[in-house]
Amino acid sequence: MTQQVHTYSPARAALELLASMRFAVSLLTVVAIASTLGTVLKQGEPYANYLNQFGPFWFPAFQGLGLYSVYSTWWFLVILAFLVTSTSLCLWRNTPRMLREIGRFQQGLRERAFDNFPQRAQFASAAPQGGSVERALAYLRENGFAVRTSALDDGTLIAAQAGMFRRFGYVLAHSAIVLVCLGGLADSDALLKLQLALGTKQLVRGDVRLAEVPENSRLGTGNFSFRGNTLIPEGKSSDVTVINVGDGMLVQDLPFSLSLKQFQIEHYTTGQPRLFASEVIVTDKDTKESFPARIEVNKPLIHKGIAVYQASFDDGGTLIKIAARNLFGGAAPLRSFEGRIGEVLALELGGMPYQIEFTAFRPFNIENVGAPEPEAAGSLMSRMRSSLGSASRLQSKRELRNVGPSYQYKLRDNAGQAREYHNYMLPIQVEGRWLLMSGMRDAPGDAFRYLRLPLDDNASLDEFSRLRDAVLNKALYADVGRRFALTAAKSDALNETMRTRLQETAERVLETFSARGFQSVADFLEKAVPDDEREKAAEIYVRVLQGAAWEAWMLARERAGLKRLEPDAAQARFVQDSLNAVSDAFFYGVPVYMQISGFDEVKASVFQLTRSPGKPIVYLGCGLLVLGIFAMFYLRERRLWLLVRSDGIAKLAYSPTRRTLDEDKAFAMHRDALMRILS
Amino acid sequence: MLQAVLPHSMRMLRGRSVLDWSYAAGLVLGALFALARYGSYMDGYEKAILLLAAPVFIALGWGWGSIRALLLVAAGVSLLAIGAYQGELVRSEQAFLLKYLISSQSAIMWMSALFFLATASYWTGLLGGSDFASQVGTGLTWSAVVMGSTGLLVRWYESYLIGADIGHIPISNLYEVFVLFSLMTALFYLYYEERCGTRQLGAFVMMVVSAAVGFLLWYTFEREAQEIQPLVPALQSWWMKIHVPANFVGYGTFSLAAMVGFAYLMKTHGAARSGRGALALWGAAMALALLLALEAVAFRKTGSSTFWLAYFAIFAAVFGAIVALRKRIAERLPAREVLDDIMYRSIAVGFGFFTIATILGALWAAEAWGSYWSWDPKETWALIVWLNYAAWLHMRQMKGMRGAPLAWWALGGLLVTTFAFLGVNMFLSGLHSYGQL
Repeated sequence: MTQQVHTYSPARAALELLASMRFAVSLLTVVAIASTLGTVLKQGEPYANYLNQFGPFWFPAFQGLGLYSVYSTWWFLVILAFLVTSTSLCLWRNTPRMLREIGRFQQGLRERAFDNFPQRAQFASAAPQGGSVERALAYLRENGFAVRTSALDDGTLIAAQAGMFRRFGYVLAHSAIVLVCLGGLADSDALLKLQLALGTKQLVRGDVRLAEVPENSRLGTGNFSFRGNTLIPEGKSSDVTVINVGDGMLVQDLPFSLSLKQFQIEHYTTGQPRLFASEVIVTDKDTKESFPARIEVNKPLIHKGIAVYQASFDDGGTLIKIAARNLFGGAAPLRSFEGRIGEVLALELGGMPYQIEFTAFRPFNIENVGAPEPEAAGSLMSRMRSSLGSASRLQSKRELRNVGPSYQYKLRDNAGQAREYHNYMLPIQVEGRWLLMSGMRDAPGDAFRYLRLPLDDNASLDEFSRLRDAVLNKALYADVGRRFALTAAKSDALNETMRTRLQETAERVLETFSARGFQSVADFLEKAVPDDEREKAAEIYVRVLQGAAWEAWMLARERAGLKRLEPDAAQARFVQDSLNAVSDAFFYGVPVYMQISGFDEVKASVFQLTRSPGKPIVYLGCGLLVLGIFAMFYLRERRLWLLVRSDGIAKLAYSPTRRTLDEDKAFAMHRDALMRILS
Repeated sequence: MLQAVLPHSMRMLRGRSVLDWSYAAGLVLGALFALARYGSYMDGYEKAILLLAAPVFIALGWGWGSIRALLLVAAGVSLLAIGAYQGELVRSEQAFLLKYLISSQSAIMWMSALFFLATASYWTGLLGGSDFASQVGTGLTWSAVVMGSTGLLVRWYESYLIGADIGHIPISNLYEVFVLFSLMTALFYLYYEERCGTRQLGAFVMMVVSAAVGFLLWYTFEREAQEIQPLVPALQSWWMKIHVPANFVGYGTFSLAAMVGFAYLMKTHGAARSGRGALALWGAAMALALLLALEAVAFRKTGSSTFWLAYFAIFAAVFGAIVALRKRIAERLPAREVLDDIMYRSIAVGFGFFTIATILGALWAAEAWGSYWSWDPKETWALIVWLNYAAWLHMRQMKGMRGAPLAWWALGGLLVTTFAFLGVNMFLSGLHSYGQL
């Protein structure tokens, strides 16, 4: 590069810096580091999540720095702007020179200058007659060189060059960067941010119906670049898309309306999704014409320059039929009612007002119900053996089963505290018995803790309810205690006092259990029994409780006119499951179990709609970038001069732009070949 | 002007031997056969990819003869395996050939063992100054590549045996691409070995392949990741067939360049008895050991931590030994110019392909996610890797930077590359969640 001397001026110095290589490379590093930021912190989450994560002090600070959407903050755009400027300046400076040199053969090379090339040779030649120069030219052309000859006073100079297109590569690759950045800018939300900053548009926050969004929060169909999401339930239609910005949103009008006929979702046998597809009808607002279309992942619909992508799916307001059951008394449902996913209903439970919010419905749940692999069979050899063979074998080890529909809801009390519940519609078989599962959690981040209600042989909750009501019915305790003591006495020959004590114990255990389940039994033991005897006492108490529960259940059956059951392992299991369920019910938050008795599913499809005018520019840039990079790295640009002097001496100079080992070899090859030709 | 380009490209066709032409004819016929037989299951793009694969492999085979042998053997062995399957998956339990040799998992296990053995051979060759041992290393690496390619090809077939709707090219999850990564890195190394006659470098490059295989084995034994999974809708696209391999040319060559960079530093500081040179080498060696055993740090909470401690200890010991023996190693390594040249070339190749891969990814994203660039962590890290090597190339090409700083930088590039490849899947979440650990 030629250095020209200028008088110092700050503007020129700034320009020099901007156009300098050092600055450009530093910028690459800065962009890389700035980009890292946005990957460390999850971008575009709801603001509440960030507030949770960082606390009230850091949250606004980070918000100010734009860390929640790094890639559209002003400072990131400024960095990119610098990159574009710097690259453009480089281009502006170097392109003319580069292009000039492509066609320019350096025929003015002086003989003295040959000595300056590291790769040079001098050898004897048989004077420039007999066509040896022509043969040398032919050789060079054959090897991809373009050649020019010039006759000198004392001989002939051949100036040859090859791979000059490499210089185009430079121009292409660097213009590509500029194009990609500009195209990307056109598709970014920079313009939108600008409108928001100027106040010409305003974000809508909170729950607002789309139809009620004010005019200054709507973007017209003329908006040339946007990206929004639209949720459409089956059977409904939409002619807008929602653009989320930070904690608010804007509504973008569309030149057509989309109505969803059906959302289709298919699964592999393993439960992974196989297909998401939406059958839609597109109605053009201008022509009023309609046509059907199918949108799949990887197969978007493009209409009027707007691309519609299958982005996600959701519930579109499935109707759930519910039978509410009292967890502490009675077998018959308290009442039945219905609600839709997304709806909020007022409700009274146990005399307290609640709001029930239906949050989610899943038509099926595929779970691994296979027996867990026994651990420790894993010697290296056996593990090795199990990983040989085909790559499909694992499937035999798992037993995937569809355990049926489930739904989720929140119960919010007067104070605004919400608990979340997850109920399965169908009972799930666990180790041979059937249990109805209902999960509860206090905080959204927690795992669900499941209440497991055991079903009887008629697949109903009747026997469980009977057993529970008996165990919790204090009026029965005296009777139950007596029967329990009698049964126990039959097996062991006990005297009267012992039997009375057993009866008292049984009554006390039931009494304690009825307060807060196993928790109150544990509390009681904690207080009444010294440390070292507690474990043994607990064991006895549990046995007494189970025995007493059995008697209570049998007593209740007799009173209902049913016959006594024969105790066996399965019945013992049922009693134990029932006691667990009763005990867990104390910690279920509300005394009511919302059993799902039926549903009417409505799905919704979520589309992403974009108009990205920058896309062709970016793609053009990408194409140029590839061409440019390959030209730069794979075209070997090299010049060669051959001076054939009339006095029988030939001089050769070789100048590749990049000196690599390959070029050393190439030089040696050309040297030897030309030597042969000329001698 | 056209003249300047044309004779050059035409020469590729001139002076080809009968063998060259029959290789080409074989590939073209193979592609046409596949098209005739399975074309009805493909869409237009897939057909185009199939047909374009022929000229691509012809060019590869003509440019580098060994590829032909590899293709022939891998295809032959895979066909043998497919024949042995007789269309039934259970045969992998019954047929000896499948069970112990060439069903996909067995072949990949063989690949792993052969890569380890190759590493050991190269080191024996380098430390003992035995050419024979190094040649054995080359042979073992080739065998490993054959087994690995067979493993992937047979896996492809097995996926269709599981179910017609499950079948897909085996480059769709972290397990599969780790095999691909090992193959790519080894193949690029073998290419440079053949071209530059640098068997001594095998010892270095195969370290990174061994580390990948170590991870692969852990992933297999502990996580049972080898199971063939059906494709989620976002991955059901012909883009995958070109995006992923192009990416792994990049990852492979960048890793290769990093190890050559390490060899370069060894050569530079090899004679240093103490002082800064030696200290720098120790630092580099331990950092590399930590990086290659990176999973050790990430996974110490899960699985058996002793496994990872041992894994890291092995790497630390190996790298410690390398530094301790630096003088002897440095004497036998190729000249610095050669190392520098290989480092540059592999980064240049990698950069080209990484650019293509990233662009293909953007095009695919535009179709699948609705946006060609979503600043998804994987995308962003791909950009960071790209920027890193762009800066590297600028410094070398335009500033004329050479020597140790660039070698250090190439070595540091491994950190960025590994994070983009693996770290993103481990620590960050995003749209690229198919490779979740």
